[in-house]
Amino acid sequence: MKLSIIKYNAGNIRSVLYALERIGYTALVTDDPDEIKSSDKVIFPGVGEAGSAMKYLKERNLDNLIYSLTQPVLGICLGMQLLCKYSEESETPCIGIFDETVKIFTTGDTIFKIPQIGWNTIYHLKTQLFNGVKENSYSYFVHGYYASKGRHTISTTNYIQPYSSGLHKNNFYGVQFHPEKSADTGEIILKNFLTL
Amino acid sequence: MTKRIIPCLDIKDGRTVKGTNFINLRDAGDPVELGALYAQQGADELVFLDIAATIEKRKTLSELVNKIAHHVNIPFTVGGGIKTVDDVNLLLQNGADKISINTAAFKNPDLIQQLAKEFGSQCVVLAIDTKKEENGNWYVYLNGGRMKTETKCFEWARQAVELGVGEILLTSMNHDGTKNGFAVEITKLLAENLPVPVIASGGAGKMDHFADVFKDASADAALAASIFHFKEIAIPDLKKYLAQQKIVIRL
Repeated sequence: MKLSIIKYNAGNIRSVLYALERIGYTALVTDDPDEIKSSDKVIFPGVGEAGSAMKYLKERNLDNLIYSLTQPVLGICLGMQLLCKYSEESETPCIGIFDETVKIFTTGDTIFKIPQIGWNTIYHLKTQLFNGVKENSYSYFVHGYYASKGRHTISTTNYIQPYSSGLHKNNFYGVQFHPEKSADTGEIILKNFLTL
Repeated sequence: MTKRIIPCLDIKDGRTVKGTNFINLRDAGDPVELGALYAQQGADELVFLDIAATIEKRKTLSELVNKIAHHVNIPFTVGGGIKTVDDVNLLLQNGADKISINTAAFKNPDLIQQLAKEFGSQCVVLAIDTKKEENGNWYVYLNGGRMKTETKCFEWARQAVELGVGEILLTSMNHDGTKNGFAVEITKLLAENLPVPVIASGGAGKMDHFADVFKDASADAALAASIFHFKEIAIPDLKKYLAQQKIVIRL
């Protein structure tokens, strides 16, 4: 199986590669359009800032490339947010697979720290991506923006309000948390994606 | 959201060390092996601090970060001697999830803004070493606790949050190495008045101390080193105990 991880100006890309290696897969970290297009599965990871990430992707026409992919694609964290239509972070139009919009966490209540950093539960799990994952399993989150709930939601998490911690449309999947950092739960999810 | 238990691995020359009040280093093992063990035992996150980096003017070893990233399946933060956007880029590219900055950020607060803009606030942790003086005020110390400043801890923390840090790792020099409990007073001040998570550090000796800093100081996470390295407290036991104390914890 040919597996690509999209390389761009976001952090955390290598962690995904290493997590795949830990469960017995090798992947190519690449921004080469031909390599990406010819892969069986594509992972679009990233921790970073939406505005500078989209700028980088657009300069290389990677935004259109990602939009056109027909094989299974998994967006992780910022990757998932960039697959949405719009992010409030730097008021950025994104790739537009998912209709959901990405909003900034706001609250007057100091109990909720922003960004959300840490382990939180995922529930109302749908699709094969979550096969074998128990409702309310803990996953690791690091984010200051969230995708609203909508028709593509396949996993929900509560932080200030319920939001989409997983999205799915056609061949595109996205998770807000980091499966590559979510210990055993994350490894199950990555394996599920790789065996879709 | 759970409270987090974070073993800290102080690194010098590629090995884990832990000193009492930042002096008298003891060897406590291989950081990669130890980190992977903690992950397996249920640690929520790891922090690696290259404690010699600022003093000896050298950069954290990205090779070590790379090895760690290969072997642990939980998040980890790397700190020590980070001065530039390029330093951070190298560490993140090698698999670090977050970086922590201390002295360089104090001397050049613009660095915080640059890092937040380039990589996002969520991966920028501000480490503060603070000490309570006889006048009752908590001051910021630099260079691994060797250089006093006239800036008060809360003022610096607040300024840094405005500039874009996403988390604060607060070490009380009065408590570090004592095993008499965390600094509840200053941790509470920051945790309850700043909009970012605060990791309490310094002073953990008993399981009670963790419960106290979560309940009484509203800390979001608690960090400890020697009690874990020398197996005085096992992480699974600690987490079970905290859950019994009605603290939300990942089991």
